[in-house]
Amino acid sequence: MTRVASALFSRLVIIIPYAWLLFFFLIPFFIVFRISLSQTAVAMPPYTPVFDLFGGLSGILEKAREFSFDNYVWLTEDVLYFNAYVSSVIIAAVSTVLTLLIAYPVAYGMAKAPKTIRPTLLMLVILPFWTSFLIRVYAWIAILKPEGLLNQFLMSINVIDQPLIILNTNWAIYIGIVYSYLPFMVLPIYSSLEKMDHTLTEAALDLGCTPFTAFWRVTFPLSLAGVVAGCLLVFIPAVGEFVIPDLLGGSETLMIGKTLWNEFNANRDWPVSSAVATILLLILVLPIVYFQNAQAKADSEGK
Amino acid sequence: MGTWSRFNIASIVLGFGFLYLPIVLLVIFSFNESKLVTVWAGFSTKWYTQLWHNQALLDAAWVTIRVALISATCATVLGTLAALALVRYTRFRGRMLFSGMVYAPLVMPEVITGLSLLLLFVAIGLDRGFWTITLAHITFTMCFVAVVVQSRLLSFDQSIEEAALDLGATPVRTFFAITLPVIAPAVFSGWVLAFTLSLDDLVISSFTTGPGATTLPMKIYSQVRLGVTPEINAICTILIGIVAIGVVVASIVTKQREAQRERDERAAFAQS
Repeated sequence: MTRVASALFSRLVIIIPYAWLLFFFLIPFFIVFRISLSQTAVAMPPYTPVFDLFGGLSGILEKAREFSFDNYVWLTEDVLYFNAYVSSVIIAAVSTVLTLLIAYPVAYGMAKAPKTIRPTLLMLVILPFWTSFLIRVYAWIAILKPEGLLNQFLMSINVIDQPLIILNTNWAIYIGIVYSYLPFMVLPIYSSLEKMDHTLTEAALDLGCTPFTAFWRVTFPLSLAGVVAGCLLVFIPAVGEFVIPDLLGGSETLMIGKTLWNEFNANRDWPVSSAVATILLLILVLPIVYFQNAQAKADSEGK
Repeated sequence: MGTWSRFNIASIVLGFGFLYLPIVLLVIFSFNESKLVTVWAGFSTKWYTQLWHNQALLDAAWVTIRVALISATCATVLGTLAALALVRYTRFRGRMLFSGMVYAPLVMPEVITGLSLLLLFVAIGLDRGFWTITLAHITFTMCFVAVVVQSRLLSFDQSIEEAALDLGATPVRTFFAITLPVIAPAVFSGWVLAFTLSLDDLVISSFTTGPGATTLPMKIYSQVRLGVTPEINAICTILIGIVAIGVVVASIVTKQREAQRERDERAAFAQS
């Protein structure tokens, strides 16, 4: 009896979340891919052929003949999409580097802080993450506007006499991404620095290293796992970011998340948005797989 | 341990200043008398009183809270099961795929998740609205719960569980009597995380919603596009306040429970 119950329990523990994720996470990707092969139509749902699950295999094969790669051909012909992909990757990469440059000293300072105040510092880093993403991006509009708080401040202390134009440029997007994703970079770096054996740095210093060499050759390589995790946590979502380029970027800023959103909501072109999403996913597959492996490795080490 | 140098302190102060200044400014200007958000014209709470008369906004807030409560609760159950599956059962068919499906949603761009879920709901002919948003939120927040609970399970002393099983408790009873009480703080913080993620979500909700189901972030977003107003600052301030209080209370509760658990464990060891 116990053995049967035990086997049933462990089965259920695995099967329930497994089935949920298969149905709501994995299968939808296949549907996206399938609809990317359809044509736009003025109907509801606005594409053709409509997939009929109950049409049987012959029905599916019949419909499958209507599939075409036209949407993908169109994406390669229209330079707008190509530019949007390239500029999304560049903007995400630049923002990731900027985030790293700001986050590392903060994480380093936290790891060196007295043990008693570390939990408080940690909570202060996590707290903004709990407040709304939208709100935090919105807060920057009032700061970066030409007549905004930053320009008022800089002009009042006579650093500039003309307002800086930051809002609706790529700089505003960089600031928005760095700001929104900073905790994602600080936390993994902090946790790898905190675990580090500090006697190693001391040994390097005793052996005559300058503090900088000791940092660069001992501390930094040991924190590399955290740096990589942080960079992936920032880079991957930033490539597909929608809210930040939409609210802070200008009309000429091209980012693929925004393009997809407009294609879907304004043009109501579901097949093309699906094709855009499929290619975006293909671009991100390598970093995502790399991220999963790093996570799985960190877990097995944690045991 | 090296010393805490001036450079370390300066980088922390600057980093935290950068993180908090925009939020502080937003809160300050929600009390601005003037309609201009960037020019201070005196203290006023009129924007808050105006919020109470904005029925559309209150409706949206109510929808958001219901979605968040239901989805966070379901996500906590599913996420805890997923964490158990990942930590306790290291060998089962398709485990690689499973762990991939748990981690991938953490970094997946929201536009992709939103679009793919919408197309699923259309394909299976589900009416879009409150329940489709809830299902979508369960799906992406359960993975965050799984990661939080998993990290607690990894540091869990499994011998207590084995002792219960050896003494004849069924696995189900062992789970509810031993495992769940120990991981409860992590399960609770997983729930809080899922709740705030759901509260906050704009992109996935926008894709999966239907007529009649507008959430607060969607409402805020459509107003923000028209420009910055003190009224939005006031809503945002209320939301920030709720979250801040929630997080502080949750962390105090967690800390107390953990201290209690450590005392209990020590007492148990002392007796044996």
